[in-house]
Amino acid sequence: MRTLPRWVLIPALLGGLLVLLPLVAMAARVQWDSFGALLTSESSLAALRLSLQTSATSTLACVILGVPMALLLARSDFPGLSLLRSLVLIPLVLPPVVGGIALLYTFGRQGLIGRHLEVLGVQIAFSTTAVVLAQTFVALPFLVISLEGALRTAGTRYEVAAASLGAKPSRVLSRVTLPLALPALLSGTVLSFARALGEFGATITFAGSLQGTTRTLPLEIYLQRESDPQAAIALSVVLMIVAVLIIAVARRRVPL
Amino acid sequence: MRARVRLAGAASGVVLALGAAGCGGGDASTTLVVYAAASLQAPFEELGEQFEAAHEDVEVEFSFAGSSTLVAQLQEGAPADVFASADTATMDRLTSAEPVDFASNTLMIAVPAGNPAHVRDLASLAREGVDLVVCAPEVPCGAASAKVEDSSGFTFAPVSEEQSVTDVLTKVTSGEADAGLVYVSDVRRAGDAVEGIEFAEAADAVNTYPITTVDGSAHEELGQEFVDLVTGGAGLAVLDEYGFAEA
Repeated sequence: MRTLPRWVLIPALLGGLLVLLPLVAMAARVQWDSFGALLTSESSLAALRLSLQTSATSTLACVILGVPMALLLARSDFPGLSLLRSLVLIPLVLPPVVGGIALLYTFGRQGLIGRHLEVLGVQIAFSTTAVVLAQTFVALPFLVISLEGALRTAGTRYEVAAASLGAKPSRVLSRVTLPLALPALLSGTVLSFARALGEFGATITFAGSLQGTTRTLPLEIYLQRESDPQAAIALSVVLMIVAVLIIAVARRRVPL
Repeated sequence: MRARVRLAGAASGVVLALGAAGCGGGDASTTLVVYAAASLQAPFEELGEQFEAAHEDVEVEFSFAGSSTLVAQLQEGAPADVFASADTATMDRLTSAEPVDFASNTLMIAVPAGNPAHVRDLASLAREGVDLVVCAPEVPCGAASAKVEDSSGFTFAPVSEEQSVTDVLTKVTSGEADAGLVYVSDVRRAGDAVEGIEFAEAADAVNTYPITTVDGSAHEELGQEFVDLVTGGAGLAVLDEYGFAEA
């Protein structure tokens, strides 16, 4: 039985085209005969390697920091909780370049914390650590909201039951809470990784751009565009393929 | 203030366009679109005001960005009337252009106010512990920096290679970098936030700024008038004030 009005189809199709057409247009500009050579240039490989390393590291950081955050937000009850939850989501809605400026004034050489680290001989600015910090900053909310939402939906019935049967809190967490929330944890992790991989604004503002140290794939694309648009297109296609793969994997696990 | 004036201008343009569409009348003013290298922002905005004062009903709109970015946009058919590049190599990528050189700019070492790393000359930049930031070789100021590095015989190990000269300057003014290679005009523009250090090798890498009208522009005559303003006496005076030298 038809329940949707027919006209819905037209804006829906237009929306679909808006998403797909630019991807097709870019793929159409690829010079496939030189594609391999463009991708295997030293600078491209360095950027790809750095991007994968930093994104993996920041995803790990997101899991280590984000899971406890989601647990606290989902399971505790105190005044100001909803405000706190909104604050955690700030990086999600903040333009990344603003995040970059904020990080600069925190961890930069003259920054709130960076100033003291500098005295101890630790410099974060212009290092790979800065890239990981920027990526973690922007990717963390993705993991926290996916997991927190799932934890709330799942409720506490099983946890209460396990506790009443004598399980200690840590055991309840590892045997009941986390297994139940595993699909959400996985999709949150995948989304965080994707966000970290695509991070550009905060990185270029805060970390700088140097081959092999801070110049991740999006920064390399932005720079190549200046001198070699074909290389920029080839690298963009790689990121596009990675994005499609990520969605494919994530969708098989859980409906996003 | 300027931004607000321009916003108001854009809004009135929309209103005029709507009016024109609505009742088939109305005399909209002409807009001259000028694409110019980021380093030209200050002098060009001043020249734009002069141009607007001399031409009633003409509004000059600028797009300031890295020269290579602008050329890429022009090659994709961006609707500009005039283009000014920060170097001749980038201008040459616009095959149809017949540019005129109108200014030159020389590299200078910029250090944060107080010079915390005690940079004195080009040799200091190669010293360990000095965080140097330069432009990436893919953009004009980076090409000039690479030339200076070559002719000086020093080997620099920059902590970052930025996309544009303004990004380098930001890293220096914020104190993130101990030193940066920028243009004389950038040091002038930054005021008290940075100190500039001249060096002899800069003479080996002088950037020449060419300007041209863009092929297919709808306001070619007006565009040529703007080019004449920039290359003429008034243009030279303003450019000189902002630290640019004659071509």
